[in-house]
Amino acid sequence: MNMHPAALIPELTLVAGAVLGLLLGAWLPRHRQWLVRLLAALACLAGLAATAVAMGNGPRMVFGGSYAVDVATNAGRIIVLAATLLTICLSIETVESHQRETEFYVLMQLAALGTITLTGAADLLLLVAGYLLASVPLYALAGFVKDAPGTEASLKYYLMGALLGVTMLTGITILYGTGRSTGYATLAQNLPAAPRAAVAVGIVAVLAGLLFKIGAVPAHFWVPDVTEGASTPVAAFVTTVPKIGGLIAVYRLVAEALPTVGVNWSLLVAVLAVASMTLGNLAAFFQDTVRRLLAYSTIGQVGYILLAVAVATRSEIALPALLFYLAAYAVTNLGAFAVVAELPHAPRLVDYRGLARRHPGLAAVLVVCLLGLVGTPPTGVFLGKLEVFSAAIDGGYTWLAVVAVANTVASLFYYLRWIAPALVAVPETASDTLVPAGRWSAVGAYTAGAASLALGLAGGIVLPLLTGSLLP
Amino acid sequence: MLSLIVFLPLAAAVVLAVVPASVGGRMFTGSWVAVAAADLALVVAAWLGYDAGGGMAYEQQLRWIPSAGASYHVGLDGLSLPMVAVTSGLFLACAIHSLRQPHRVKSFVLLFLFLQTVSLGLFTALDLILFFVYFDLSIVGMYFVIARWGHGQARQSALKFFLYTFIGSLALLLGFIGLYLAAEPHTFDIVALSRANPLAGSGTYGALVLLAVGIGLAVKTPTVPFHTWLPPAHTDAPAAGSAILAGVLLKMGTYGFVRIAMPLLPATWRQYAGVVVIIGVVSVLYGALVALAQEDFKRMIAYTSVNHMGYIILAVGAAGIVAGSDEQARSLAITGAVTQMVSHGLLTGALFLLAGVLHDRRRSYDMSTYSGLAGPAPVFAGVTAVAVFASLGLPGFSGFIAEFQIFTGSLSSATVATALALLGILITAGLLLRALHRVFLGPLRIPDAPGAARDFTDLRPSEAASIMPLLAIAVVIGVLPRFLLNVIEPASTTLIEMVAR
Repeated sequence: MNMHPAALIPELTLVAGAVLGLLLGAWLPRHRQWLVRLLAALACLAGLAATAVAMGNGPRMVFGGSYAVDVATNAGRIIVLAATLLTICLSIETVESHQRETEFYVLMQLAALGTITLTGAADLLLLVAGYLLASVPLYALAGFVKDAPGTEASLKYYLMGALLGVTMLTGITILYGTGRSTGYATLAQNLPAAPRAAVAVGIVAVLAGLLFKIGAVPAHFWVPDVTEGASTPVAAFVTTVPKIGGLIAVYRLVAEALPTVGVNWSLLVAVLAVASMTLGNLAAFFQDTVRRLLAYSTIGQVGYILLAVAVATRSEIALPALLFYLAAYAVTNLGAFAVVAELPHAPRLVDYRGLARRHPGLAAVLVVCLLGLVGTPPTGVFLGKLEVFSAAIDGGYTWLAVVAVANTVASLFYYLRWIAPALVAVPETASDTLVPAGRWSAVGAYTAGAASLALGLAGGIVLPLLTGSLLP
Repeated sequence: MLSLIVFLPLAAAVVLAVVPASVGGRMFTGSWVAVAAADLALVVAAWLGYDAGGGMAYEQQLRWIPSAGASYHVGLDGLSLPMVAVTSGLFLACAIHSLRQPHRVKSFVLLFLFLQTVSLGLFTALDLILFFVYFDLSIVGMYFVIARWGHGQARQSALKFFLYTFIGSLALLLGFIGLYLAAEPHTFDIVALSRANPLAGSGTYGALVLLAVGIGLAVKTPTVPFHTWLPPAHTDAPAAGSAILAGVLLKMGTYGFVRIAMPLLPATWRQYAGVVVIIGVVSVLYGALVALAQEDFKRMIAYTSVNHMGYIILAVGAAGIVAGSDEQARSLAITGAVTQMVSHGLLTGALFLLAGVLHDRRRSYDMSTYSGLAGPAPVFAGVTAVAVFASLGLPGFSGFIAEFQIFTGSLSSATVATALALLGILITAGLLLRALHRVFLGPLRIPDAPGAARDFTDLRPSEAASIMPLLAIAVVIGVLPRFLLNVIEPASTTLIEMVAR
């Protein structure tokens, strides 16, 4: 048993941050709970530093071959930790001096930990553990405010998650039965000889759980409700962070456990990608509230990212494309949410009229992030899309790239519906809908917007770091 | 040097962005004129230092995204240098024209400085991704120009413009990815790709790539049937915006044909040159006929742009038909096409600025409501007459040089098409003269506009100073074209050699 706990420092700092935070929070009076927040931020920073060190060490398998520490895990760690840090930044105004502030940050760290576990899991049992750890804290966070929409969101999220979690467990049982192992490496050897129908059912059932995690069609029903019902920082977190782990987990599963099975999972993923991007984009068209629009936009974005998964074993550039897109998506999506968090009294698109006049900086971040989500150069998501499309064409899925391009054009429409009032329209009367929430959300917005641009311009530095092969 | 030319406007925009808007509009427009003039001076210096026979000059290549095969690669040759010069000239003209810009001056100036960097960058880019980045950013910039400073149904027009050209740009991106994946090793570098000729003999794959690239460029150009975004965008844009849109942004499409489509896909281009010729002729005739039916002065000019762009498409198509023509004729057609890009940039830029005068005074472009303007505004009438005559291709102006070369170069390889396209000249001559006649001659009649004075003021100094130099350069090219042709000709010969591979 190769334990190597030293390889898991980023995960352990999150655990320590959560546990210590919980103990500390039980002691502290309400107005001093910011110490817990500070601790959470420090845990993220320490994790980032540890990952940076780990990247120099080279890949290895730990815990009896069930957890891979390779380029995908390290990239996943960095993206998740940075995204968590950003979310902490933009949740300060919302939960400051809340009676359960401590719980908020503890739950968030645990969910981040679960997500990181998903990225590295090379064993079906660890995968399901990560799934649960990344889900359960979020059910609680979705209903954190205890109001009617939040409770409804939480319940819907929980029911969907429980159902698809059980489905996933069933799939794992079937794959274990047919492949005689839960480790990916052994599964890859045994599954090609197993009965095809059983393997197919198992794959679909395991995928179902992961599709729930990433909010892709057909497991997407919770996304709009949670995004609208939960508080803005939770919505930002839920639509960004779990997707990172979920998508890397799907990639690792198909690339490591199923490379030579007789089931055409590649086409299945391609079809799911098309369904996800098309449905997400079409449903976003006539949304009038910004959070619902962003919710459907994230469903569409997942579709693009799934392109890289579909060609996981067919193209050399699929993995860097996936990881780069995830990084770019995380900062860009969080940037858009940070603007929403900064303007809590402007829930609808029309409320953004005259934003450029009142807050030119925020308007600039909004334009960068929304055009970034469209895929306009020189933002990070553009480069991500370029890589993903290249990978798709390289892997023989030209039609998929064409569909994705058509979807990109369609998506432009609803993002412009938001940009246009913010930049072009003049407010009719001086309204108080555009009153900013505070300093921290703005800092988060500027950071995310700048990072989104920087990723596009400095892609040459980032991409080589994401290039490598999965273990084993 | 070249990067300085490209990024000087952007750097100025960044500096101006921190100056508060309360300083006053004069300060912004003044700095804009200064920056645009400095940039033009740099371009002139680059032109003087350019050795026409030396191929690519001022080349610079920096690592950008090596793992994606993209680099920051820029350079100037006989195809791009004239476009860079026209771009910086037109932006200077727009800066001078906008000295009296009344509202939201700061953001207007910043946006145009940004657009200038983007446009110059596109014409110097020697990397497909760099080209694409600028291509897309130009759409974003122009969207805001139309949506914020336009009039009429500016929002809808801007959205239509954005959606159309963005679809085009994404088709272009697919084509670029196709080229990238075909090359071994994978690269987006235009020079490397043209050397490698990766799609030689690739059949359907090459045709699909050309189709994607062609659609992208055709939307931007625009040719029939992708031109429907152009008239509303032009009509509702502010004068300076229309001038840049017609003078610079449309050239991005035609420039793409000579920079990317022809040299990178030579065999496929030859195979489908006939289709291109037909699209060109249809654009020529359709643009001219629809322009004939317009009552709106600005919309009429917009449709003549479709017509003029059609000549360029005809020429690049004819240059691809190798059978039945000699190399010299095809090279002449390309030279004519590039000259036409320059000429159209100057003349249409001037015409749109002149149309802006009508709107500035009376808030209307409707030709039936104007009459006899030559009386109160003789300078305006005279300048417009010169621009109109130049635009219809009268000898002595740049348009004549361009169209003469296009027709001579295309005649042997695409005889019927060229003969048909000649009709386009006839129609445009008729419609432009008719417009001139209706607006400027006859009894004086001007539409009422709320809040405007009764009379019609003649050209103001800033307007004259922006429009007249454009026409003067058109005359210089028309009378002494050698300085321009000397630069273009070696490049078109090289291009023809590449296409004939």
